[in-house]
Amino acid sequence: MEEGRHANIRLDAVAATAPIECEVLVIGGGSTGVGVARDAAMRGLSTVLVERGDLATGTTGRFHGLLHSGGRYAVKDPQAARECIAENIVLRRIAADCIEDTGGLFVTTPIDDPGYADRFVAGCTDTGVPVEEIGVAEALRREPRLNRRITRALVVPDATIDAWKTVWTCARSAAEYGARILPYHEVTAVTRAGDQVTGVVARNQGGETVEIRAQVTVNASGAWAGLLAAMAGCRVQISPGKGIMLATNHRLVQTVVNRCDMPADGDILVPVRTVSVIGTTDTLVSDPDDWAVTRAEIDQMLQAGENLVPGFAGSRVLRLWGGVRPLFQDHAPQESRDVTRAHAVLDHRARDGVAGLLTITGGKFCTFRLMAQDAVDAVCAVLGTTRPCRTADEPLPDSEDRHYYVLGSRLAGRERTLLDEQVICECELVRRGRLTDEMARRPAPSLDDLRRAVRLGMGPCQGGFCMYRAAGILHQTKHLSAAEADRALLAFLEERWKGYYPLLHGDQLRQAWLDDWIFQGVLDAGHLPLRAPARRPDTETAQST
Amino acid sequence: MTAEQEFDFIRDSLDHCVKCTICETACPVAAVTPLFPGPKYVGPQAERFRGAGQSVDASLDYCSSCGICTLACPQGVHVAEINSRARAVMKQQHGMPLRDQLIARPPLQGKLGTPVAPVANFVLSNRLARLVAEKTLGIHRNAPVPKFAGRTFRSWARRQPAPASAGTRRVAYFHGCSTNYFEPGLGRKAVAVLAHNGCQVVLPRQGCCGLPLQSNGIFDAARGYVRRLVAGLAPYAKQGYTIVATSTSCGLMLKREAREILGVEDDDLRAVSSQTYDICEFLAGLAEAGELQTDFRPVPLTVTYHAPCQQQGHNIGKPALDLLALVPQLKVIELDRTCCGIAGTYGLKREKYDIAMQVGSGLFGDIRAARPDLAVCDSETCRWQITHGTGRTSVHPVEILHRAYGLG
Repeated sequence: MEEGRHANIRLDAVAATAPIECEVLVIGGGSTGVGVARDAAMRGLSTVLVERGDLATGTTGRFHGLLHSGGRYAVKDPQAARECIAENIVLRRIAADCIEDTGGLFVTTPIDDPGYADRFVAGCTDTGVPVEEIGVAEALRREPRLNRRITRALVVPDATIDAWKTVWTCARSAAEYGARILPYHEVTAVTRAGDQVTGVVARNQGGETVEIRAQVTVNASGAWAGLLAAMAGCRVQISPGKGIMLATNHRLVQTVVNRCDMPADGDILVPVRTVSVIGTTDTLVSDPDDWAVTRAEIDQMLQAGENLVPGFAGSRVLRLWGGVRPLFQDHAPQESRDVTRAHAVLDHRARDGVAGLLTITGGKFCTFRLMAQDAVDAVCAVLGTTRPCRTADEPLPDSEDRHYYVLGSRLAGRERTLLDEQVICECELVRRGRLTDEMARRPAPSLDDLRRAVRLGMGPCQGGFCMYRAAGILHQTKHLSAAEADRALLAFLEERWKGYYPLLHGDQLRQAWLDDWIFQGVLDAGHLPLRAPARRPDTETAQST
Repeated sequence: MTAEQEFDFIRDSLDHCVKCTICETACPVAAVTPLFPGPKYVGPQAERFRGAGQSVDASLDYCSSCGICTLACPQGVHVAEINSRARAVMKQQHGMPLRDQLIARPPLQGKLGTPVAPVANFVLSNRLARLVAEKTLGIHRNAPVPKFAGRTFRSWARRQPAPASAGTRRVAYFHGCSTNYFEPGLGRKAVAVLAHNGCQVVLPRQGCCGLPLQSNGIFDAARGYVRRLVAGLAPYAKQGYTIVATSTSCGLMLKREAREILGVEDDDLRAVSSQTYDICEFLAGLAEAGELQTDFRPVPLTVTYHAPCQQQGHNIGKPALDLLALVPQLKVIELDRTCCGIAGTYGLKREKYDIAMQVGSGLFGDIRAARPDLAVCDSETCRWQITHGTGRTSVHPVEILHRAYGLG
């Protein structure tokens, strides 16, 4: 299916002078927050969502793209496993266009406990995760690159899911139901009247202050939930668990491949869109904005990949990133892997004596809809109303026909417009019209936001060949000044550099050099005028004489 | 190494693509038609979207398989090979016209046409018949098709006395289908030139190498053809015979493409690959060692030389030029064009004929401007295309040597 058909919803950058009034205010534009906003709006509640940056830029946009079957938690965390398989089935029903039905394999590699597979099968059976054992030869036929020394192979209904697309279609649906989705609105204060939270004050992109008054405020800020709760004088203990991921240049497997053992670092290889993502790690960090990646962590991932797919360490790696899980616990931090992946809705009236504020945290991407449902149920309880949740049945925009996304979708789409339309990003086959549509509906002139929205510059050249084109189109579409367009370009280049300089070697280093010649050598990007030129004092004189 | 791992070796080369676009500027097809989005697009770019499910990009079939992109790539991406494999998947999933099945099987054509050569040739040159063939089969009415010789090269060879045992170099001649059915004269001359240079020439049993099938994306049948061919040649290779080919594209199949495109990997192929030489490569090697007979008589002609794409795929330079330079009074004009457009069977197809002619137009113009007596070229289908595009007679380099040696 052609992507982005629901182009009619614009996300406005409000500069409200009067306070915005609503029943439900959601803080956080990740999957949970957007899910809450959609659910609340579908139940007829007037809803506003604020997000400090672009949607899905926190933990949501920084995961590996795996739609869990629940198999991963079948032995260790049965509750999480049950939730995963239930939501896996729901999301396949409502978000088919965001999902590729890759299937998943759990394989016993030479470094795995050979006895785990039996416990795994038992765990899956107990938790309702469908599992089927296939022969090693069959597994190798399906995935020829797999380590030939695997001894068992178990098939589960894992899939992959595009987090950005899911969040954006959720946001569009929420907006269609009347919710106001406000990216680039950073909460600067939580307002209270006595023991009642009455809303927030947020600062928008233009530096203006926006006041939002709500009957119920939902703190859906994930790994940042503790910081946000503190602004309301409440306490939530979040253990931010950092995980890193690497994306290879092309798919090495077509199925999600998991090591069949207790969850460990670098034990999943996920084919998502055009790449394979290996992940992940799990380290407690003190600051959820701290996801710096070390060389040692990169090497660890490359070596871990080698165990699943021999030769992995030599593959071209495009990009790396880290994400921070919002692991919730009411007691002191322990080993990050041991914290449950289940979620919790906290009513701060009971916990802290502060009414009108709920925190939804913990959980994982795959259960975001369920988390939203639980949160909005709690909202309804606070508001003294009962309205049924419909999110498990109503498909997201573009998913109405329940056709899964397939890898060849974009190539097929490109074939249809081959002779009619320019392609701007060659690696990810982003057509000009798709790009300008997306530019038109977004408030911020950010190339990095467009990258996430349409995968602009996400391929092998990492924007080397499309970003100067896109910057020019952005300049034209958004009527930017030269300095604004320059800033947009440079901001992208800096962001990209952050995402790949620690891993530059081999092919990607060669690519980086070529890109550098383009941007520094040809375009002199290091010396672009970032401010509008000051008017020269002699100009007027010259004109008047 | 298994075929699957070999597949990875070709596919994985897409990792080396830095998007530089050099292949796109070198591609002779993309230069003349927007219907082909170019080798970078259908190769390393589109390949990232393949591998899971249905083949969706039909534009890739406009690739002529000339292989120039692979040669041009400075990073070592096997662009043409990636494309060829993707096309095979496409044909397998979506089927293919009967035409592609027919034109990809020279032995079938040869066996049908040879006994009735006069009739077959009349039909092939009859405008009405060709119009019908275009409408029903999709073979362009003007496309250059060869004439059946009537008597095959092998039937001639069978009647020859056993070669004098004076020769010390043992050569197994791989003549290919075209020599057998369409140009037996080339085979006779090649044998004479080899014998003149002290080669004891044998003719192993042989059939089609499968190249036309491969370039039409019919891989299973192509593998069958090349395996049978290789099985016939391998005993000679293992006994130390040098396998010499006059069809440069079929020689390339044995050297490289069977392995890199079809994924055939066995001992027979390895033995044959390492012993296979293009005839000009072989003779130039003798010349380099000072062992080539140089009793050339003057040939006071002007000829052009075009190195076809498949010849360039051997990565051996242009040995034909070294050989022709030895012939007194022969004036050789080297042409610097990549492709004549025909690319085996590509230019025969109704929907591709015009593209092929446009691809070749630069070469045709150069040849016409040079006003040569003969246009020299190593590949048979290219020779037919050159003659079609210029009206000039086109010959294999060995035919010039044969004349210079005064062998016939």
